[in-house]
Amino acid sequence: MSLLFSEEQSLLKESAAAFVRNKRDLNALRVRRSSPGVPQVDREIWSEMVELGWTAIPFEEAWGGLGLGFAELGIVMEELGRGLVQSPLLSTVVLYGGIIEIAGSSEHKQRILPEVIAGNSLGSFAYLESARHDPLHVETTLKSQRDGYRLTGCKHFVLDGGSADEFVVLAREKGRPGDDDGLRLALVPADSEGVELENHLLIDGRSVSNVHFREVVVEDDWLLTGAGPVAGVVDQVFDRATVALSSEMLGGIQSVFDMTIEYLKVREQFGAKIGSFQGLKHRAARWFCEVELSKAIVLKALRAIDENGPETLQIASACKARLSDTALLSGKEGIQMHGGIGVTDEHDVGLFMKHGRVAEMMFGDSRFHQLRFASSNGY
Amino acid sequence: MTKEEFRVQVRTWLDDHCPPACRGKGSILPDIIWGGRQFTYAHPDVERWVKALVDKGWTVPSWPAAYGGAGLSAEEVQVLHEEMSAIGTYSPLFSYGMSMLGPALLEYATEEQKRTHLPKIASGEIRWCQGYSEPGAGSDLASLQCSAVRDGDDYIVTGQKIWTSTADKSDWIFCLVRTDTHAPKHEGISFLLIDMASPGVSTRPIELISGASPFCETFFDDVRVPVENRVHEENKGWTVAKALLQHERTMLSASNRRSKVSVPGRGLLEVARDSLRTPEGSLPDDTLRAEIAQVQMDRLCYETLHQKNTEAREAGHGMGPEGSMFKLYLSELNQRTSDLRQRLNGSDSLVWNGDGIDEKEIAITREWLYGKAATILGGTSEVQLNIIAKRVLGLPD
Repeated sequence: MSLLFSEEQSLLKESAAAFVRNKRDLNALRVRRSSPGVPQVDREIWSEMVELGWTAIPFEEAWGGLGLGFAELGIVMEELGRGLVQSPLLSTVVLYGGIIEIAGSSEHKQRILPEVIAGNSLGSFAYLESARHDPLHVETTLKSQRDGYRLTGCKHFVLDGGSADEFVVLAREKGRPGDDDGLRLALVPADSEGVELENHLLIDGRSVSNVHFREVVVEDDWLLTGAGPVAGVVDQVFDRATVALSSEMLGGIQSVFDMTIEYLKVREQFGAKIGSFQGLKHRAARWFCEVELSKAIVLKALRAIDENGPETLQIASACKARLSDTALLSGKEGIQMHGGIGVTDEHDVGLFMKHGRVAEMMFGDSRFHQLRFASSNGY
Repeated sequence: MTKEEFRVQVRTWLDDHCPPACRGKGSILPDIIWGGRQFTYAHPDVERWVKALVDKGWTVPSWPAAYGGAGLSAEEVQVLHEEMSAIGTYSPLFSYGMSMLGPALLEYATEEQKRTHLPKIASGEIRWCQGYSEPGAGSDLASLQCSAVRDGDDYIVTGQKIWTSTADKSDWIFCLVRTDTHAPKHEGISFLLIDMASPGVSTRPIELISGASPFCETFFDDVRVPVENRVHEENKGWTVAKALLQHERTMLSASNRRSKVSVPGRGLLEVARDSLRTPEGSLPDDTLRAEIAQVQMDRLCYETLHQKNTEAREAGHGMGPEGSMFKLYLSELNQRTSDLRQRLNGSDSLVWNGDGIDEKEIAITREWLYGKAATILGGTSEVQLNIIAKRVLGLPD
């Protein structure tokens, strides 16, 4: 598949860029971050995104979707990342909607996907139980009872958890933490008895939750059994989420890069523009190369998700490893090249650095993806 | 003719003209045939195949037919490559004449110069080398001193060139010479084509840290060169030189087998499995696994970026100064790969000579050593970084 944009994709990019130019309000982000309590999803912006059709992008037309793919969703995510515009696209459309689409029954799809697309329902995926990304480390148990199942455990880092109407929970019916069989995926409404949340605000203004499940009743038809072994579903949904997040990271990276190169051209010290110093020129040029490589691998990975070929996992891991490293580099160089102003809260570069740091660790950092890439290549 | 009609034509022609010995898995075709007067074919089938390609203009398919090409469009060239690789063959003729000088001549030479030199490049009859660097002019190429003084209808060339790859096997050399010693350094340079059989030209090979190498020193001792062998105007040679350097970077950016720039020999993983005694399954050292993965992922990223750029060029966007990025990144990536491979090979790769040691065993070591040149030749990494900073990012002087 071509790595260049089609005419439709160029138009989508323009319209997403225009939206972000309008909605980009980094001061609102500062206010949001500094308000007491943990804020909910901004429903006003969300409903505008729904109106633009972005929630419908990756879903089949049968469920009310546009039948497009990640090549298109990635364009939107990248532009949102450019302006640090927060939305539940990742939690609700990519993770929650994605799992339903992959592993749900047709009843599940019929009930849930149109509501996701219409923006009426928010959801998230509750998977993580360890500090570092390790999705198979599942201690949360699902026990069979006479009247359905009981779910018990605690999940960390549930994206937009405080706003979610429903969770997909990764739980263990058999085996030990780390095993790739014995896993189940269960739908759990957020208002179920025994569900309790602690909401956290992250350094970049995202909200996540620790979600406790205490003997929560799970009915038989809340289990997602539509797509073979759960570990395979988890791999597939993380490939998607990883690449969608990489697109968002790419947007943030480009903003930092652009603002820093601009600064090198105007800031004067020692009677010269600091961009004329070779010590900075060479670092800027190397950074440029990393950004270009990042752009290319994101395009390839988005297309790989849509083609769903045998190399998708390797490409997705190569993509996230690269974007994690480039995000780290961009945060570091962005601040260092700005000098003192770069470490003030007033300057935007710090907001982008924090956004990159959160995304770097989410769904596995570069070390995680190096080893995942190695394993999937048989070594 | 539509693309598909052209494809059918190509297929039929290949069927008729490509000897079975030059196709597929057991192909006897060498990776590269550099040509030149010193070259002789080792096998009549290879000679037959190359002659057929030359007659058809398909060794340089995009060049005009009048100069030894076939005048194919970018799309047709693509089809030609697809059809050749479908039967496991290719055009083995490759030279600096084809990749660097030819494109520069097409842009800057006179009609007569084109008709004289291009067909002999296309057919592999004449092998060219590049006379750019001098002992005192490396990264600061424009400070070159090799002089050409006008004497009637000739220039008299005196001086020395260095890093003239394969000069000892070449027939002609394209040279940057100083024709005005008073002008600013970029404005006193001319571009000359010199027959190496001329009296006063001599070459000497250079031994590198890796052993024998293709690099040479070339000396000019009062060499007479007809003025008609000057390309473009006198003192305007830097314009030609810059265009040619871009072609050189494009050549150095192609990460495929034919270009000889990817790291040859046993793969990283193969070496790792041998030295860690792990013929299959997961390697026992997570740090090494991560290092191997990093190099492989970086190559995937690089190839993707290269593909994106190729597609953009085919869609009509020119290759600009970002060509420096490709040269920079690929040479460093290859260096990292050779370095890791030698380290994976462990103490075996520290042996240089001795009992029972054959060339094959020290190939990994030689490759690691030779790889040190990759980030220096064709413009050092630092020069490429300067170009990116200035011409891509627009940073001030």
